[in-house]
Amino acid sequence: MENFDQIESDILNKIKNVNNQSSLDSIKTEIFGKRGVITELFKKIGSLDQSKRKEYASKLNALKTKVTEILKEKFVDFGQSEINKKLKNEKIDITLPGRDYFAGKIHPVSQVIDEVTSIFAEIGFSVEEGPDVESEYYNFSALNTPENHPARDMQDTFYLNRSKDLLLRTHTSPVQIRTMLKSKPPFKIIAPGRTYRCDSDQTHSPMFHQLEGLHIDKNINMGHLKGCLYYFVKKFFEIEKVKIRFRPSHFPFTEPSAEVDIGYKIQDGQIKIGEGDKWLEILGCGMVHPNVLKNVKVNPKQYQGYAFGVGIDRLAMLKYGINDLRAFFESDIRWLEFYGFDPLDVPTNYRGLSR
Amino acid sequence: MITSLSWLKNHLATKANLNQIVERLTEIGLEVENIKSSNDNLDNIIICKIVKSQKHPNADKLKLCDVDIGSGNLVKIVCGAQNARDGLFAVYAPPGTVIPKTNMKLKIAKIRGIESHGMLCSGYELDESSDKEGIIELNKKEKNIGDKYFKNTGEKTMEIAITPNRPDCLGVRGIARDLASSGLGQLKKQLPIKINQKFKSPIKVSIKKEKGQGCGIFGSVYIKNVQNKESPDWLKKRIISLGLKPISAIVDVTNYVMFDLNRPLHAYDADKIDQEIIVRNSKKSESFEALDNKKYTLQNNMCAISDKSGVLGLGGIIGGTRSGTEFSTKNILLESAYFFPSPIRKTSKILNIDTDAKYRFERGIDPDSIKLGLELGMCMILNMCGGEASKFSIIGKIKDERNTIDLEVEKFSKVIGFSITRAEIKKILSSLGCSLRMSGKKIKVLPPTWRPDIKEDIDLIEELTRIKGYDKVPLINPEKENIKDTLNYKQKLFHFAQRSVASKGYTEAVTWSFTDSTTDTLFSELKSEIKLFNPISSDLDVLRSSLYSNLIISAKKNIHRNFEDLMLFEIGPIFKGSKPGEQSTMISAIKTGKYSRKNWIEKERNFDVFDIKNDALRTLNEIGLDNLKIVVSNKTKKWYHPGRSGLLSLGSAGGPELAYFGEIHPSIIKRLDLRTENVLGFEIFLDNIPEERKKIRENRPQFIISDYQKVFRDFAFVIDEKYSSGEIISLVQKIDKELIKVVKIFDVYQGDNIDSGKKSIAFNVTLEPKDKTLSDNDIDQISKKIISVVQKTTGATLRS
Repeated sequence: MENFDQIESDILNKIKNVNNQSSLDSIKTEIFGKRGVITELFKKIGSLDQSKRKEYASKLNALKTKVTEILKEKFVDFGQSEINKKLKNEKIDITLPGRDYFAGKIHPVSQVIDEVTSIFAEIGFSVEEGPDVESEYYNFSALNTPENHPARDMQDTFYLNRSKDLLLRTHTSPVQIRTMLKSKPPFKIIAPGRTYRCDSDQTHSPMFHQLEGLHIDKNINMGHLKGCLYYFVKKFFEIEKVKIRFRPSHFPFTEPSAEVDIGYKIQDGQIKIGEGDKWLEILGCGMVHPNVLKNVKVNPKQYQGYAFGVGIDRLAMLKYGINDLRAFFESDIRWLEFYGFDPLDVPTNYRGLSR
Repeated sequence: MITSLSWLKNHLATKANLNQIVERLTEIGLEVENIKSSNDNLDNIIICKIVKSQKHPNADKLKLCDVDIGSGNLVKIVCGAQNARDGLFAVYAPPGTVIPKTNMKLKIAKIRGIESHGMLCSGYELDESSDKEGIIELNKKEKNIGDKYFKNTGEKTMEIAITPNRPDCLGVRGIARDLASSGLGQLKKQLPIKINQKFKSPIKVSIKKEKGQGCGIFGSVYIKNVQNKESPDWLKKRIISLGLKPISAIVDVTNYVMFDLNRPLHAYDADKIDQEIIVRNSKKSESFEALDNKKYTLQNNMCAISDKSGVLGLGGIIGGTRSGTEFSTKNILLESAYFFPSPIRKTSKILNIDTDAKYRFERGIDPDSIKLGLELGMCMILNMCGGEASKFSIIGKIKDERNTIDLEVEKFSKVIGFSITRAEIKKILSSLGCSLRMSGKKIKVLPPTWRPDIKEDIDLIEELTRIKGYDKVPLINPEKENIKDTLNYKQKLFHFAQRSVASKGYTEAVTWSFTDSTTDTLFSELKSEIKLFNPISSDLDVLRSSLYSNLIISAKKNIHRNFEDLMLFEIGPIFKGSKPGEQSTMISAIKTGKYSRKNWIEKERNFDVFDIKNDALRTLNEIGLDNLKIVVSNKTKKWYHPGRSGLLSLGSAGGPELAYFGEIHPSIIKRLDLRTENVLGFEIFLDNIPEERKKIRENRPQFIISDYQKVFRDFAFVIDEKYSSGEIISLVQKIDKELIKVVKIFDVYQGDNIDSGKKSIAFNVTLEPKDKTLSDNDIDQISKKIISVVQKTTGATLRS
């Protein structure tokens, strides 16, 4: 019988002395190749005597296992050192800037529309829209503002024709009319959109944004209006304490009408909403005038409710500390990037209105 | 409306102070917008003494004065008055003062080479007299130097915003009545007058019965032998506090009564009236010169107050100079009339006249206040100017438009949310001037003549709520129940598209819906532009027919500020006509400048059409359109580079248009002076995106994956250049839709080694078998098929 110990030590010695991967490859062939040492030993098994065959085979298998194991380790070692060698040459200055990308932004007006929509969605309002160009009827007459009524002077109107029956809507209130005409009560809607007045200075822009609200049902009273607006203001400004004042006012399409002021103070040059003893007007509202309901064929003896109109741009200015209304529409990229919002920052109830 | 505490107290017995009044006014809907010291400006004007007066070294008619203005301050003043002399006590206005007569602000100025620090005032300049000669001479003592010249200017005035439904509060008495009703004092009674009016007015008045007659009632009183003069101090001050100029006692009285009782009056110099007053409709091209010194040419049917010689004035709007009172006026006719609101408004709009009287008449004057106005006006004039008054002449009559309103007590709580007692209702409404009668469950209410706004029960409910206080309205928390989905499909699409485009690096702009017509026509296919009738400026004169117009104007401004690599978008309406609904919603984006400008890692390059195409396509994908449904074609619009733009449409090249994209036409870039080589843009027609009936999950086929190896093969052809890549791709895909999953163009070449008019195009085909592994033979067969189909259909040759 062969001296397996001798064979083993010969092989291991050879492996041990190898110092590169290609010699290791040829040694592997010398051992396990077609004419390799161990291959040859296996070939012998068949010619052996039955009595010796078992012991021979077992020793040979043990040898094979051991050599295979050692070869494998050696291969891993060489592989690793190869990688290590490569890594040494692959060092770069990781502080170099990467490829360019542009981060887009959402305009504050759009963001605030989304915030406001999210708030009102929570309390059951759905969104309606109306055209920017309106007829005199929808914008005024149907809203209980007859021709030759001085209330029309409250809103400087852009007209599209000499006869002044086509105009750019001066408020989002015509959406009330369109909504009620096309369907049946109850109505619980908000309508954000562009509005226009022929007026331009530091605090007035010829175009601005409003959000209309309308809730008509059988028993909706002024207390619901108050509750709704308290809820809205609290949610929108994300404050626990709110100071709100309802002040009698006049709009032809609501009665009683109110303007709503919010308490604020200036602290360290910044406006703080909900505290302090100064008042800022933020919206107009009231109980929908029975004449408006009559105009849209809703029976005012059966149905009643409230409406309100908020200036969206103004809300954005207050919440995000923006001073100049006109800058909203000037598209100065510096302003847009400064005040804009990340497109992934979608206002939601569960994730929070704003970051 | 402007008033003060002392004026209010003429009508209101109250112990309340100014702050309490201001707060209460706001609480009851008479919002105090501003409180100001009635005349800070006049407080600057002080008593001074001319210490020394000498001739101006450079001017013969001017004097140079050293003036003591108190507190040891001596100033140099150049003065033209002959009576400026040593030791004279005079009136000094420091720099910064607005001179009442001229409304000019005084500045330190060099006059003939010498600085003058303020002015010594004449009575004329202070609007105190018509005497222009010389400065005011005072009889004062040394200790008076530095004292205010005007006494009691310190009283604060309130500026109250009166809503258009409350004409009654355009008079101090109306405001006092509201305050009294709210519990802040007692409304004082108006005392009956005792004047001996013996004779009949010698001036006959008639209101012509005509269609559209604007005058309902004309009351007048003739006062003879008056001596017109300057108003007494107290009246002047009230007139000044209203922001008006004192003119003469007679005119000041008419203004005073207007603001006191909301009762406009007009005074005529009776001797200038040609025989009689005829109130009639004007005739076209009649004209008159009004008290604002403008000549107005009338149209038909305006309410003209006229005499035998023609128009004297416009009733309820403005009087004329021909019959105006002067200091020399001896006999006057005082008018107190009722003019209907609507014709007043029409006439003043046409003629563009705005006066305090017109403002009041168009809102509705108390028709019952005619006599009251005559009485107060007459008494004041007799008091100040003497004379004798005739009997009142009041002609004409108008229908009482008031209705008795049935008020149900329960309706109040149904609308407002808290209850009110019958006693409270009675108290509040009576204090506002209503007459009440209980009638079973209902209360019958007749509103006062000065409240044309109260017509139905809701108006009364508003009054009650207002006086009770809006803070009494309970707060009812909102219910969190939805009747409908918050957003409909189009609205969801809007929000999705907006954030989709922004997430690709575009910054959202919100621009005006109107734009500059010269820019807009470059991007418009409209036959005629949609002009605004009254644009705010000539470069914002049309409704935009494209979002590009304003985006490009914005881009230009930014580029000119050196922000040249720019990505902007807007989502919003564009307009197709001037009728409601003739608009559609678009999302458009533009991209200018370079990608990778000055970057070490990549070569910088201009943004190109494939950047913009990808952005448009990906946006469409993200809002839910599968690439398989989108067809790219080279259809384009005039504002794009004709060779570098295209159309994405739905289903086929002729299908609904989803988006145009491409390079903006170079001549537009040049014409608008954009100072950039390239502007890329896309415009997506959101209204053309069809609403899917089914959810994505419902529309999806079953999820099947193949266990068999996929295989790639490359092909290269030389082909006529007229064939587009899109055509080749769809041609190859059609050969075996089951097996051929992807056809990807990886090289396109024209130039050396390729005949002109031809191009080399190479593509990679992915084969994905479903039921077995592809054998060499299978692969060969499909490859041959691809080659032969391409060759046969296009005449291409395989490139070796």
